[in-house]
Amino acid sequence: MVDFNRKYDVLVIGGGNAALCAAISARRSGASVLVLEGAPKFYRGGNTRHTRNMRCAHDAATEILTGPYSEEEFWEDLLRVTGGETDEELARLMIKESKDVLNWIVEQGVRWQPSLGGTLSLGRTNSFFLGGGRAMLNALYLTAERLGVEILYDAEVMDLEIDNGMFLSAVLKQGDGGVQARASTMVAAAGGFEANIEWLKQYWGEAADNFLIRGTPYNRGAILKMLLANGVQEVGDPTQCHAVAIDARAPKFDGGIITRHDSVVFGIVVNKNAMRFYDEGEDIWPKRYAIWGRLVAAQPDQIAYILFDKTVVTSFMPTLFPPIGAGSIAELASELKLDPAALVNTVTEFNAAVQPGTFDHTILDDCRTEGVMPPKTHWARKIETPPYYAYPVRPGITFTYLGTRVNRQARMLMKGGKPSANMFAAGEIMAGNVLGKGYAAGIGMTIGSVFGRIAGQEAARNATN
Amino acid sequence: MHGTKILTEADRLMTVCNSCRYCEGLCAVFPAMEMRRSFSDGDLNYLANLCHACGACYTDCQFSPPHEFDVNVPRTLAIARAESYAAYAWPRACAGLFEHNGVAISLSAALSVAVFIFGFAVFNDPKALHRVHTGPGAFYALMPHNAMAALFSAAFLYAIAALAMGARAFWRDIGEPVSMRSDVPSLWQAIRDTGNLRYLDGGGVGCFNEDERPTDRRKIYHHLTFYGFLLCFAATCVATLYHYLLAREAPYPWWDLPVVLGTLGGIGLLIGPAGLLAAKWQRDPALADAERTGMDTAFILMLLLTSATGMALLLLRDTAAMGPLLALHLGVVFALFITMPYGKFVHGIYRFVALVRYARERQMIAGSSLRDASE
Repeated sequence: MVDFNRKYDVLVIGGGNAALCAAISARRSGASVLVLEGAPKFYRGGNTRHTRNMRCAHDAATEILTGPYSEEEFWEDLLRVTGGETDEELARLMIKESKDVLNWIVEQGVRWQPSLGGTLSLGRTNSFFLGGGRAMLNALYLTAERLGVEILYDAEVMDLEIDNGMFLSAVLKQGDGGVQARASTMVAAAGGFEANIEWLKQYWGEAADNFLIRGTPYNRGAILKMLLANGVQEVGDPTQCHAVAIDARAPKFDGGIITRHDSVVFGIVVNKNAMRFYDEGEDIWPKRYAIWGRLVAAQPDQIAYILFDKTVVTSFMPTLFPPIGAGSIAELASELKLDPAALVNTVTEFNAAVQPGTFDHTILDDCRTEGVMPPKTHWARKIETPPYYAYPVRPGITFTYLGTRVNRQARMLMKGGKPSANMFAAGEIMAGNVLGKGYAAGIGMTIGSVFGRIAGQEAARNATN
Repeated sequence: MHGTKILTEADRLMTVCNSCRYCEGLCAVFPAMEMRRSFSDGDLNYLANLCHACGACYTDCQFSPPHEFDVNVPRTLAIARAESYAAYAWPRACAGLFEHNGVAISLSAALSVAVFIFGFAVFNDPKALHRVHTGPGAFYALMPHNAMAALFSAAFLYAIAALAMGARAFWRDIGEPVSMRSDVPSLWQAIRDTGNLRYLDGGGVGCFNEDERPTDRRKIYHHLTFYGFLLCFAATCVATLYHYLLAREAPYPWWDLPVVLGTLGGIGLLIGPAGLLAAKWQRDPALADAERTGMDTAFILMLLLTSATGMALLLLRDTAAMGPLLALHLGVVFALFITMPYGKFVHGIYRFVALVRYARERQMIAGSSLRDASE
């Protein structure tokens, strides 16, 4: 049982990758640690449950990585996806630290997936968790428990007592009242506010009602809101988030990875008016999927349809929800409740614009359109072999970028720039420091592990000094 | 459409899992699944028998209950596996035995003991059962060796024939057109994977049984059971060779090969099944096929009894208890043989066959991939 009369050295609020890395590193630095996870045990870990890999720099190929990925290359990738909207000092620190984290995380019990001799194409930049994100979390929790970190589930924080940038206590919901958890330092690692539709509506308006949330309903941003209300400096554009196109038939929350569609490049995408609205052949994986959430969010009623024909059905991963099929484009339009004449027209126009070329989805090939707006600049092939298929898609919000500003110690900065006396942040709650916009596969976990580890060490040092 | 409710559920799960694939590094089931986009009854039976029930994919799954996707692969495949045993049973009329296997085992054990005691009485005078017999041939004072050998050979051959017919039915159901014998590399790979229980390890950390803490206990107990069984079988084979080739009659001195093998095997066959039974009782109900634990328990108990009676016989063979103990031991072994094709024993056969197929598939498909799996 957790002793609420006790004052802990470090209080960690949150229960995902960043929180556990903070808790473990603080405990290993000699601090007493209490973790408050707002979700029930099964749903512990927020978005970490749904992750699969982490992006770390490394100087040479390893058993799990096919080649080197230098700090400089990582930095260039980050610069490209964010369009320069990143804090260079923090980003470079994160990239440098990621090298060590690749091994450190293994020491905490996490296992990387070895090559299976061909069935999985292992990457050069990203390492995969054996068994996925929940396996990774389970390993971190077992390690934390073994080290003597105390963990409380269903621990909903109702209030934070903060005095002029100094954390005093967190008030936990207990029955009808509350109970105080006191600590010398606090690490906020409680994620973004993507599951808080009302909050999303402040920036997105009614459109947010049509968003699907890929993670648990517990990522409501309550801690972030309290911190900002207590004078912590905010960072990041509140409309920015990692969003992908996911199946419109997915549940409102926690559909995870399996509702994602990666078939865009094999066909065309139309909105509810049966009109194309963006170049489906703009870029190769992984950028190609990371932009479609926002693109669909900007369409009327936040819905779109990925259209393709029989020839490509087996070109991508099997999907959870089967595609909707029909013998002709007009029939497919009826199935989708789109205007048949408009869809036939869109497809006919597109087909007429397709130029001859050699298809290769692994590179930016020379299959493109001419004379149609918007163009499809790569992988353009005629949609002409029945049956025809469609996946309805909606924006799937993964995590939001609005957060708390931090320094190199993962210490929160107050409005005006003064560092907080004893408050630290790690993970999605401070991702906006590094990710101003855009996304690169596996970088959410890098932010969590690297800044979690730093926050834990610094919080422990702060508490025991 | 699938033949049974559980196969329909297995199909649903494999569709979910095939769009996720996070578990592909844990065991053979998921890579085998990835080689398909749709699943026939035979495919699902193959996957079910490939599963070693380590539980890792349940503990690691973000969609396991209480999540609304309700993904519970270990339990679903356990039920499908048990149903497949009945479906492949030979003769078909015996398929129903799996359902009542706990009862069937107990009844046949009782029956077998009765047969032996009756057999002794017929071949010898009833008093022989209570007398002390020692020295070579002592066992056969109760029952002539040839009668004993004929009875056991018949039971053993029947079991082998029934198991072979079952394996054949399975091999056909999972759609393998070629003969297993013609593919030596796959056969050798499967022998190695079976011998070290490669896939009973949760992808390296150990099995999940009662909670989210992995251990190697089940693997160790299974090894003790499996190799204990093999050693006991080897002891019997050596003794048979002694008898016919060297004309040396049982019982043998404690240092002689059949006794050494039998004793070592017997120890394994005491500790292994006891550990497996304990693990079974502790198992998280979410992972178990609750309705059929009777079949597992009965088989484990029979193995335990085989060893316990054999060890008791070894210890007390110079006393008046030898007669009844020998009858009991032979009765249990006889029951073990004749119920083998209709109980948990078959899991070893079908899993081995599934591993052979998996080895074949791996060879054929190596190198293909459709995607970048990162996000």
